[in-house]
Amino acid sequence: MAPTTFSYDFGSEASGFRKKTSFSTGLFINGQSVDSVDSKTFEIINPTTAKSLGHITIASEKDIDLAVEAAQKAFDSTWGLHTTGQERGKLLIKLAELIEENIEELAALESLDNGKAVAIAQAVDVQGAADVLRYYGGWADKIHGKTIETDEATFAYTRHEPIGVVGQITPWNFPILMLAWKLGPALATGNTVVFKPSEFTPLTALRVAVLIKEAGFPPGVVNIVPGLGNVAGAAISNHMGIDKVAFTGSTAVGRAIMKAAASSNLKRVTLELGGKSPTLILDDCNLDTAARWAAFGVVANHGQMCCAGTRIYVQDNIYDKFMEKFVAVMKGIKLGDPFRPDTFQGPQVSKIQFDRIMSYIEHGKKEGATCLLGGQQHGTEGYFIEPTIFTDIKPEMTIVKEEIFGPVGVVSRFSNDEELIKLANDSVYGLASAVFSENLSRAIKLANALKAGTVWVNTYNTLRTNVPFGGYKQSGQGRELGEYALDNYTQVKAVHVNLSGPPFI
Amino acid sequence: MSTSLPTLLTFPNGRELTVPTGLFIDNKFVPSIEGATIQSINPVTEEVLAVVSSATAKDIDIAVASSRHAFRTVWGRNIPGVERGKLLNRLADLMERDTDPLGDLEALDNGKSAEVARAVDLPEAIACLRYYAGWSDKIFGQTIEVDDKGHKSASTRIEPLGVCAQIIPWNYTIMMLAWKIGPALAAGCTVILKPSELTPLPALKLAELVVEAGFPPGVFNCVPSFGDVGGAALTSHLDVDKVAFTGSTATGRKIMQAAALSNLKKVTLELGGKSPHIIFASANLKEGPRSCESCHWGVFLNQGQDCVAGTRLYVQAKVYDAFIEELLHSAKEWTAGYGDPFAEGALGGPLVSEVQRDKVAAYVDSARAEGASIVYGGERWQGKGWYYLPTIIGDVTPTMKVVKEEIFGPVLVVTKFETEEEVIALANDSTYGLGAGFHSNDANQCQRVLARLEAGTVWVNQYGQLYPQVPFGGYKQSGMGRELGTYALENYTQVKSVLWDYSGGSAQ
Repeated sequence: MAPTTFSYDFGSEASGFRKKTSFSTGLFINGQSVDSVDSKTFEIINPTTAKSLGHITIASEKDIDLAVEAAQKAFDSTWGLHTTGQERGKLLIKLAELIEENIEELAALESLDNGKAVAIAQAVDVQGAADVLRYYGGWADKIHGKTIETDEATFAYTRHEPIGVVGQITPWNFPILMLAWKLGPALATGNTVVFKPSEFTPLTALRVAVLIKEAGFPPGVVNIVPGLGNVAGAAISNHMGIDKVAFTGSTAVGRAIMKAAASSNLKRVTLELGGKSPTLILDDCNLDTAARWAAFGVVANHGQMCCAGTRIYVQDNIYDKFMEKFVAVMKGIKLGDPFRPDTFQGPQVSKIQFDRIMSYIEHGKKEGATCLLGGQQHGTEGYFIEPTIFTDIKPEMTIVKEEIFGPVGVVSRFSNDEELIKLANDSVYGLASAVFSENLSRAIKLANALKAGTVWVNTYNTLRTNVPFGGYKQSGQGRELGEYALDNYTQVKAVHVNLSGPPFI
Repeated sequence: MSTSLPTLLTFPNGRELTVPTGLFIDNKFVPSIEGATIQSINPVTEEVLAVVSSATAKDIDIAVASSRHAFRTVWGRNIPGVERGKLLNRLADLMERDTDPLGDLEALDNGKSAEVARAVDLPEAIACLRYYAGWSDKIFGQTIEVDDKGHKSASTRIEPLGVCAQIIPWNYTIMMLAWKIGPALAAGCTVILKPSELTPLPALKLAELVVEAGFPPGVFNCVPSFGDVGGAALTSHLDVDKVAFTGSTATGRKIMQAAALSNLKKVTLELGGKSPHIIFASANLKEGPRSCESCHWGVFLNQGQDCVAGTRLYVQAKVYDAFIEELLHSAKEWTAGYGDPFAEGALGGPLVSEVQRDKVAAYVDSARAEGASIVYGGERWQGKGWYYLPTIIGDVTPTMKVVKEEIFGPVLVVTKFETEEEVIALANDSTYGLGAGFHSNDANQCQRVLARLEAGTVWVNQYGQLYPQVPFGGYKQSGMGRELGTYALENYTQVKSVLWDYSGGSAQ
């Protein structure tokens, strides 16, 4: 059977790319778009309209085997250390350029598939993806080991070698951006990849597959295989031919992946999981900007961000003033069709997510928290949820402890910094945090005390290509972005050359 | 009479190319204020190729002011590293696009083979710029734990040095330009580049690409000049933060002195060499590395006008006769292209100037006078142009001028040796220490020898290979500092340590 194809006419959308597109949505294995072995497909839905966008091909265990085989062959012949770092770097930069050349189409696909505003998709997601790939393109010929002085009888050195075939599983909240975060360091260091984007939002990854081929990557270096988490994802985590798996997604699935890695071949694991990041509003903050950043922390990407600032702690003596401004900003968030140029917040990505978030909201109300703002579906079509604020919360409430992954913030008070640190760190998560204060010394002291992989001071969600990102505690292990990501995709070989040392016995 | 109007050059292969002739300052080509000029001569035809403006001290003042202004306003910390990297990559793209005309221009001005310029000089320059483009946004400081109460922090900022003077020689104009501006611009410095008065044209042509790539004015200024005029003005200028120089050891001394006497500007030098090339009996001479070929490439490439040319050949007694026979047999390949650098298959070329050629001739004559044997070449070529034949000299002793001094021409001196100890002593018996190469199939010997050779680069079973990611520079009087690799970035940055006490900032 021929693999599935996706065709769409963006001509009637309000803004952005208003042309037609058509590309294969088969599995991209060994440089070809192919049908899955058992011809399985999956229906993708437009979350803005709740209508079907058609079917894509999804991978089963057998397809993952084929992808691994192709990746291994490429690693042993045309990739790995068989190409120079300069070559690998050139290809990554070429891919970045091709993504930029097709930025409008990719942004439109991302919006259609995920529901995020097309203007944001273009400026943040797609441009960000190109920037990340370009950044790692620059690293490719700069992977250094060390020569290490021991004694005159020995020549000792390390090599930082690629691991081999790596599995990468990414979520639906930032499809193309997460693709770049994953492929960039993996390919720069010489690994080949079996890449499983979320089956809910596969379109940009499959469109990028075409660009990967156009850029000139040899077949098998990158294989793109959308599939169900408990089928394709499980096949990757359990595969005996994959030596490393990188996952971004929920903590629950992260556990499953780590278990599978342990029980199969002890493959290396890096995880970027959930969060319930605290935003700390101190009494010496700039109230106007703090309120805006705090709101941004809650509603950015419709709350579908692992590092969303969903627990807001406001110092007692400025609570009312802050809440007035914060509520005003939240009220002013523009929901609507992601293709409208003035839309900030689109729908949640799927019915499953919509139901889950609404269920948390109901639970919050039942637990006795006050739903100060929002708490309802927005409109009647698609999976839109109003920006929502809960107050009068207690630390043991579900809506305070658990990650909701929607535009829902819970607000609480504190009186002094010592109490604040305890409240902020009281979480199994530790992904991010933010401190708002005009007193830099005070802010830095707090920043140093917070148990989080990222601390923002007077900002939120600011990510930079060259600054690492990752979690403390159950928010994950390993770091992405920056130089640090390279460590996820290399293994150290120490070589001791005995020049003149006599045998031990 | 000064000039800034472009001049039209016609090449032996029919190409026509306009080349700017003004000083390149603030993204414009301008005449020298005092009307000084340079005549660039074609070393093959011995005729004037073009007349270009020459910078005097007043022009240097203007160039420095331009660079300083750019550093303060549009470069340095005023532009994120990722943007500097994009511009460097864009320049590399344009050089790739224009490889053929640029290679031809390098050949026309210098005399080297056009094929070699296109196949070696350009790709290496381009690779160097791309390499440093990648570093632009990856310059890291450290955060350092100093305190157990969480009240203090220490960190380092790696900041660009500022306005950097870069003085490059005439042997590889385009490549040396890339080696210099790559790390400097990536690190955020602004640059005043002084190409040699013997080969100003490729640098001026590249300046056009700097504009096309989108660099803001003043980030890269290019001021052809005489060493003792523009070069001296730059090295003693009080508002120049650093000078990087590639050239002769004699000039390197002057530059270091001028830097010290003026404002103690930072100095890095890449100077001369008299690099040894050793053939051990254990070398796999038949099947493995073709050591003979590497000897030739090591000394005759670019007519020996290479700081790291392998000009002292040491061959172990056991394999001496066979090796020398092969060496002499294939030496004649190096006259291919004599008379026409644009000929297909051209390898050899003239020396860059009459002065250089006559220097080479004088050295060879001194060898004769001191009793050495000229076993190959040893005289001027009988055609037009400043050619000298590839020359091999035997029966030399360590005290002869041709053994001790850098000739900078296609002259190889050959010595027979008995033991490893002996040859290491001979190899290290030099005030220079730029490069060294040896051929051996004995791994233990390789480890011993590479550890003991006093040279900034040691080649094992090859000679002369360079990569933008591997550092290059001299021991002893061959220079200070390293170019290429991560190390070059240190030449253009300075460390600021920041120690911050924020214990005063408690809440309530």
